[in-house]
Amino acid sequence: MSSATTPPDSDPAQRRRVHNNMLKLYYGLNEEGKGAEQAESLGPCDINGPHFDPEIYLNKLRQECSLAELMDHESCMVKQIRSLDSDMQTLVYENYNKFISATDTIRKMKNDFKKMEDEMDCLSANMAAITEFSACISGTLQGQHAQITKLSGVHTLLRKLQFLFELPARLNKCLELQAYAQAVSAHRRARCVLQQYSHMPSFRGIQDDCHVIMEQLAQQLRQKFRDGGSSAKDLSECVELLLQLDEPAEELCDKFLSHAQSRLEAELQGLEAELKDSAELKESAVTDTGGGSAQKTSPGSNPVSPSSSVFNPFLSPTAGTDILEFIDRGCNEFVSSLCLVIASYQELFINRPQEGELASKNIPEMANGKLHVFVDNLAARYFSLVERRIQEEKGVGDNSLLVRALDRFHRRLQAISKLLPGSAVPSQGTEIVVRAARERIKQYLSALQTFYHDSLTDVRQALAAPRLSVGGASASGGGALVGGTTSKDAPPSLPELLMSLSNFILNQLKSVLASVHLFTAKDITFSNKPYFKGEFCSQGVREGLVVSFIKFICQSSRQYCESAGDRGGSTPPALLLLLSRLCLDYETSTISYILTLTDEQFLVQHHTPVTPVTALCAEAREAAQKLLNHYVKVQGLIISQMLRKSVETRDWVNTIEPRNVRAVMKRVVEDTTSIDVQVGLLYEEGVRKAHSSDSSKRTFSVYSSSRQQIRYAPSYTPSAPMDTNLLSNIHKLFSERIDIFSPVEFNKVSVLTGIIKISLKTFLECVRLRTFGRYGLQQIQVDCHYLQMYLWRFVSDENLVHFLLDEIVGSAAHRCLDPSPMEQSVIEVICERG
Amino acid sequence: MEDDAPVIYGLEFQARALAAQTAETDAIRFLVGTQSLKFDNQIHIIDFDDENNMINKSVLLHDAGEIWHISGSPADKAVLTTCYNKTSESRVLTCAAVWRMPPEWESGSHESPDDSSNNPQTLELLCHLDNTAHGSAACVLWEPMGDGKRVISLAENHVLLWDLQESSSKATISSSATLEGKGQLKFTAGKWSPHHNSTQLATANDTAIRGWDLRSMSQIYCIENAHGQLVRDLDFNPNKQYYLSSCGDDCKVKFWDVRHISEPVKSLEEHSHWVWSVRYNHSHDQLLLTGSSDSRVILSNMVSISSEPFGHLVDDDDLSDTEESQQDDKGKEPLQDSIISTYEEHEDSVYAVEWSAADPWLFASLSYDGRLVINRVPRALKYRILL
Repeated sequence: MSSATTPPDSDPAQRRRVHNNMLKLYYGLNEEGKGAEQAESLGPCDINGPHFDPEIYLNKLRQECSLAELMDHESCMVKQIRSLDSDMQTLVYENYNKFISATDTIRKMKNDFKKMEDEMDCLSANMAAITEFSACISGTLQGQHAQITKLSGVHTLLRKLQFLFELPARLNKCLELQAYAQAVSAHRRARCVLQQYSHMPSFRGIQDDCHVIMEQLAQQLRQKFRDGGSSAKDLSECVELLLQLDEPAEELCDKFLSHAQSRLEAELQGLEAELKDSAELKESAVTDTGGGSAQKTSPGSNPVSPSSSVFNPFLSPTAGTDILEFIDRGCNEFVSSLCLVIASYQELFINRPQEGELASKNIPEMANGKLHVFVDNLAARYFSLVERRIQEEKGVGDNSLLVRALDRFHRRLQAISKLLPGSAVPSQGTEIVVRAARERIKQYLSALQTFYHDSLTDVRQALAAPRLSVGGASASGGGALVGGTTSKDAPPSLPELLMSLSNFILNQLKSVLASVHLFTAKDITFSNKPYFKGEFCSQGVREGLVVSFIKFICQSSRQYCESAGDRGGSTPPALLLLLSRLCLDYETSTISYILTLTDEQFLVQHHTPVTPVTALCAEAREAAQKLLNHYVKVQGLIISQMLRKSVETRDWVNTIEPRNVRAVMKRVVEDTTSIDVQVGLLYEEGVRKAHSSDSSKRTFSVYSSSRQQIRYAPSYTPSAPMDTNLLSNIHKLFSERIDIFSPVEFNKVSVLTGIIKISLKTFLECVRLRTFGRYGLQQIQVDCHYLQMYLWRFVSDENLVHFLLDEIVGSAAHRCLDPSPMEQSVIEVICERG
Repeated sequence: MEDDAPVIYGLEFQARALAAQTAETDAIRFLVGTQSLKFDNQIHIIDFDDENNMINKSVLLHDAGEIWHISGSPADKAVLTTCYNKTSESRVLTCAAVWRMPPEWESGSHESPDDSSNNPQTLELLCHLDNTAHGSAACVLWEPMGDGKRVISLAENHVLLWDLQESSSKATISSSATLEGKGQLKFTAGKWSPHHNSTQLATANDTAIRGWDLRSMSQIYCIENAHGQLVRDLDFNPNKQYYLSSCGDDCKVKFWDVRHISEPVKSLEEHSHWVWSVRYNHSHDQLLLTGSSDSRVILSNMVSISSEPFGHLVDDDDLSDTEESQQDDKGKEPLQDSIISTYEEHEDSVYAVEWSAADPWLFASLSYDGRLVINRVPRALKYRILL
């Protein structure tokens, strides 16, 4: 439009001027103002200017130019005039042609316009007619339009009403055909309307009818739901429909869960029944085997086991189902159906897409809560059953079964954790596994302890078995312990017993470690739990099992010292010696070996402080020391008792002249020799102070001739008592104080020295309590000489024996009514003879 | 003052018998009986002068025989009993007798000690506790805190209760009991309980300790196997009526509550040989003295089973001190059972230890070689107990 090119506010006068200017430019005319300016500037001499004055120009040329120039100018001028003329001619000719054609065109146009005008007139006439008709039509149709719209509305309404009236019948039909979904959707469509118009009796009737039918339908659905035999898909449809029927979701959840619960509970009861069965079976088995165990586990049938009684705790209960079977059953039946229930429940109530008003009720949250409670409840019962079953697993024979069972148990619970992310069930399951593992360690510990005790009992039997007629006895009793190391007709010697005992213990410990190690195997799911990585290894296995067992060994050894000392020494001394050596071996090597083994097997990371090897070694050494001390004490006591009885029961005043060494002394020497042999089997010789080869003779002669003489000589002078006391006191000044019951070192000489010290000191004290006649004193002299001859070789420092024997004879002399000592030579003769 | 230094007195003869003179409460006095088969035996009366740390001795002759046991009357300080060996022909019998010290001994010894040693006076025999029918006497016990009229002698397996009449010049057996059993039973030691109106007696034979009711002369309890070996001595806790301690050849000292005899209340094993003698301090029953044939005397502080487990109770009338004491109590850590000290002055077996009757902080020990050592409780401990 024009408004686009010209500014809207331009007035028409201005527009006209622009057009003029354009035309002037076309015809070569300048604007008046401009032309005047150019004329003024160019002056009259410019031939092309508008103000050219030929007179002035001519005059100027005449004045300024020469003739030749004028001539040239004139010819040039003529030439220009000519060219201008020809130009003019062509111009005129061209314009003429144009003019002619323009005239033709105008003429033609004049004709055409005429025709057009006629047609335009015709058109306008037609249009007027159309307008007229149209107005006429619309005028007639005006009244009927509203009526049609109304009719069409009525039609739809009627259709709806028909639907409503037909609804009960339709629903009934659906019900018959069991097309529940259709029925529900139909009812849903009608429900609002019916609700809205329920004040009208007819609608009310329909509504009631529908209600009844739907009630029936819901009933059927519920029945179906309750029956439960239907497939999951059916069930879910059922639930969906029920939900749509405004059935309270909570109730549905409850029903679903209670239904599931009854099923699961039946399974749990099955498990429980099995548990009871196995318990009863076991009981009856126990009572059965009570009578027949002797035949069942005869020593011969188990060559590896120390004895039947030892092996028993390591037997798993054969009666009833084993734990793996039980857990398998639990997993397959209970856990898998629980998972199914969870899955379908979630499908039904939690994960379904929510639409319409159902979304607002926040069903998933409620349903989820219910599910958790449900699962927790059932899982708790299941766990209690499993725990009961695990607790029944007392036998520690085959740990792999238990570990596999636990592994399966744990693995299956992971499924629940995947299904039910927030549930505490898997962690509780892990807890159970941890508890079971802990329990297991305790059982192993007690089994080891029983084993140790039983082994000791066997050793005891082997020691008690008569040495000479061992053939049959040791084969059945202690022979089993020695196993194949010795032929059956030879009695087990102490070193062999020690070796087999320590081997048995070590092997047992190793096998237990291997069993426990199963808990941390890589293919076991729970082995990567933090408990099994850390605490189980360090606190459980290392501290709870290995360290506790070693401590137990030390402790029970110490108990042997304490209990036996007071109440009549029930422990055979050889056992004490054996145990002492065992503890010492533990101290030197076994403990560190076992702990290193454990640390390596279990890669124990010491997060928590653990008992150091040195502490255990110290404890073992202490136990060894205590046992050896006790051994010395017991052996010393046995010999002391003999000596004491022999001194106390004899009437030393009225005894006859000595002819023999008393039998007791011979017995003492014999016993000492056999102790020497016994200790020598287990302990090294030890160091003694150097002495010459004939030391017994030499020292004795000194003792009896010089010292004895000095001692007895003064008794015949009045100042005697002072002098003897002085002498004995001086003598004591130079001898060291003797600790009678002092700790011994771990070698033979020290042990023997201890025993001899105790015996001789007893002899001394007993002698001091008696009064002697002449021959009594002489008998003591003979006895002491005899002891002197044999005992020096056992002790570390023979001077000790000399000193004590000296004291005995000295004391006897003091307590003698008629102290006249026997000739040294006679004593020697008697001793050599007897 | 060298308070803690031991005072040593040497006898010429070997000796086993030691007793504190119970009736004497002013002077610190001990009686020692010697053992010699060849010479006349003596009773040494050892007076200890606490101020000057000196010993005054008086010697009385006891020519009846070597003395195995001695004890002083609780009522009359001049009266004492001994058990002594009488050797007649080829027979040795241990007899018991009541003696009176000659009245001049005290004055005489003080004026010229040399005289008395050269010419010792002889004990005056009051009466024999005739036990020839019953066998050798092991010991004679005076009724504790009694009037010096009743003694018990233990002879072999018999308990004989004697009444001393006519100022102790006549002794009659008022009742007796006999221990029956397998084998040769023989009492080794006994103690008359100071509790229950002095109606109870405890005896030791072999490894058993027995309690007797003196009214019915019947056994009231028996601790079988009280010690692993022979029981050598016993003593009643002076302040706790059911507690007694015993010692024996198993090197142990045990404490018993006679109401629960299955287990000892406590057991100590500090000696390295037989323990021959055990004595409670008369006033502070946490202090316990033991003597052993390892030649050592050990003083133990058994606070936990004493009558003062929480230290000395503050007397109500010490009002001025109460505050300080209470502050002290707070500062004190609970006392522990411990060995206070081990005395090693003896060279030979120590067969007897005895607290002084007059000074509760002083005690004597006697070894076989005739060495009597008088020691005191360390002063630090003494103050700790008192304050």
